[in-house]
Amino acid sequence: MIGTILQTSFRSLRRDRGAFVMSFILPIGFFTIFGFVFGSMRGSSTPRVSVLVVDEDHSDASKSLVRGLLREPSLDAMTHPRATKENPAPGDYTAATAEAEVRSGDAPAALIIPAGFGAHPIAFGPGSTQQAKFRILHDSSDPVAAQVVAGMLEKTVMISMPATMAAVGSQYFDREIGGLTPKQRQQMDQGLAALRKRQDQQDAQSAGTGPSAAGPAADSGGLVAVEIQDVVGEKKKSPMISYYAAGVGVMFLLFTASAAGGSLLDESESGALDRVLSARVTMTTLLVGKLTYSALLAFAQLTIMFLWAALVFHLDFFTHIPGFLVMTAITSFAVASFGMLLASVTRTRGQLGAFSTLIILTMSALGGSMFPKFLMSDAMLKVGYFTFNSWAISGYQKIFWRDEPISSLGPEIAVLVGSGVVLFVVARWFARKWEYV
Amino acid sequence: MLGSFLSLAHCMSGDPTNPVPLRVDAVAKHFGAVTAVDGVSFEIAAGACFGLLGPNGAGKSTLIRSIVGRVRLDSGSVSIFGHPVGSSAARADLGWVPQELAVYPLLTCRENLQAFGRYQGLHGKALDDAIAWCLEWAALADRAGSPVRTLSGGMKRRLNMAAGLIHRPRLVLLDEPTVGVDPQSRNRIFEMVEALRSQGTTIIYTTHYMEEAERLCDWIAIIDHGQIIAQGTKETLVARAFGSRSSVTMHVGATRVDLAAWAAARGGTAQDSVVLCSVEKPAEIAGLLEAASGDGLEVLDVTLQRPNLESVFLQLTGKELRA
Repeated sequence: MIGTILQTSFRSLRRDRGAFVMSFILPIGFFTIFGFVFGSMRGSSTPRVSVLVVDEDHSDASKSLVRGLLREPSLDAMTHPRATKENPAPGDYTAATAEAEVRSGDAPAALIIPAGFGAHPIAFGPGSTQQAKFRILHDSSDPVAAQVVAGMLEKTVMISMPATMAAVGSQYFDREIGGLTPKQRQQMDQGLAALRKRQDQQDAQSAGTGPSAAGPAADSGGLVAVEIQDVVGEKKKSPMISYYAAGVGVMFLLFTASAAGGSLLDESESGALDRVLSARVTMTTLLVGKLTYSALLAFAQLTIMFLWAALVFHLDFFTHIPGFLVMTAITSFAVASFGMLLASVTRTRGQLGAFSTLIILTMSALGGSMFPKFLMSDAMLKVGYFTFNSWAISGYQKIFWRDEPISSLGPEIAVLVGSGVVLFVVARWFARKWEYV
Repeated sequence: MLGSFLSLAHCMSGDPTNPVPLRVDAVAKHFGAVTAVDGVSFEIAAGACFGLLGPNGAGKSTLIRSIVGRVRLDSGSVSIFGHPVGSSAARADLGWVPQELAVYPLLTCRENLQAFGRYQGLHGKALDDAIAWCLEWAALADRAGSPVRTLSGGMKRRLNMAAGLIHRPRLVLLDEPTVGVDPQSRNRIFEMVEALRSQGTTIIYTTHYMEEAERLCDWIAIIDHGQIIAQGTKETLVARAFGSRSSVTMHVGATRVDLAAWAAARGGTAQDSVVLCSVEKPAEIAGLLEAASGDGLEVLDVTLQRPNLESVFLQLTGKELRA
């Protein structure tokens, strides 16, 4: 009896292609996609942190430090913007331009090496009030970047400036112990000269080879004075709320749009679609109607999501309503078009379920809906540009986190509206299958 | 009768101010190597109830979908009151009641009628009046606010019909409207169709129930292998197939005799264990029984009846209509 039940169940599963794909092919497909994406992150288990480096000191010590930072493998340090055709030799960042880059979201952090650093680069022991403070300007929506930069700064100071370290140590010795004998002083000076020579050789070598593998980071515990400043969201309570409201919202919007588009399949199955199309309704009219419904549903979902975020997580919703309306309208349109396309390329609810689950989960993972973008590698971030999630999150972050004006949403509007239009046109083309036999 | 029907249709088709409700002209449709409809032509006169009968796979559904403009024809044309099928005017004049329950199950009766009325371009008072008429016609006024999923099978069928007539079309295509309903609901549907006829609506009616065609249709066409193989009134079809003879149906037991050849030798047909013959007089049955006995056939029972549409259908297609 149980054997018959098993046989019947397996036969049914095998003949329901949608369920079959969902059960076996889908997990493998999903795993394979992730394997390719994460498998490409070789050489480092964590992504490199981008940091803009501004040298306001221009001393030998600060230059040596900059070179050390450029060599640091866990940092993607830049002292100036990348050269372009329009600007083949861009100038170095200043504190103001670096801060602007951080504010606009182009970099998560900037390190300012203060004037006077060369005179008092590091401090041994208490009472070093003359030491100039480093400043790390950062976007607090990326809580990792500033801490990584601070830690790597300490490490770099330790390993990239041995001569400076020894010289300062010697001064400390003179001050605290009472100085050296002439012979000891001579030996000390010879040693320092050798260290400077080695430091110069190391700098010359790194200039040719770029970042090199370095030993494990040394936690010296306060050799340099660092002040971390939030330049974005300094007055905001919870940096990730708008991120996840958008990220999670868009992921579920995609599922909703897929289900709403699936009503076409239901109506085709029941015969209602035939009846509607035999009335005075054209396929284009019908699809536009379904698209509008799906988009309005998505709009309502996102609105409720953000209102909930305002109510429970104190998201500053009501001062950002114009930007929210723009982002929500274009996001809703894009996901609704996506739902229409999914429904029009599939033939059954089973196919739609399997296909949409695979695509939506993949898009959500790559687009930043499942885990924060600052944990992603550059490769993943680039792939994420092909997802609605990434563009929607980017737009909402501009509005809610960076307080940018609506005019800054140009790229998001262009991508989401443009892709929405393209997807709808493609969906209309596939929907010809319902028009006539 | 046949002549009068066709002449009426032709007479009307020649009058541009009063065109034929439906003209199907040499319609053909192929699906790959399969010919679904093979050069079908016919016309329907105003106010007629045209029965379209055919076994499963005969091409009936494709022909129906051609009439409602849901098939891209390989050749031929269909016009409704002189307008090409698919045109706005043709859509306005045609009401289609598909055999599927093509309504929204979560909406109420009234909401369904509102939706399909709007799809047909009705608004305001015209829509309200149409909904009221439909609910009354389908005897669903007291269930207007009930969701479809809570209705009985017969009620759902009636709503399905009402949704196809919300715009009060002059030509109505009823595709097996009584499938799956109980006898009481079927009678109610007959009354609805007869009410439509009394108002002058032209009807195309497909069914697998011969008694429905006999009761409702004044013109019947039989389609098989994509072609109309016979059409006329019930009387002319019977007369053409059987003349004045009566049909004899014999069920025989298992035999090694070639039943088809045995029946053919006596001007009849055989299928499985059933032999269908005809006799001019009832007394001729004795001769058939004697021949069967002589050839070693065990006759289990014999039925003598005046031929009807069922007999004609069986004679022409070799199949039971409900098979």
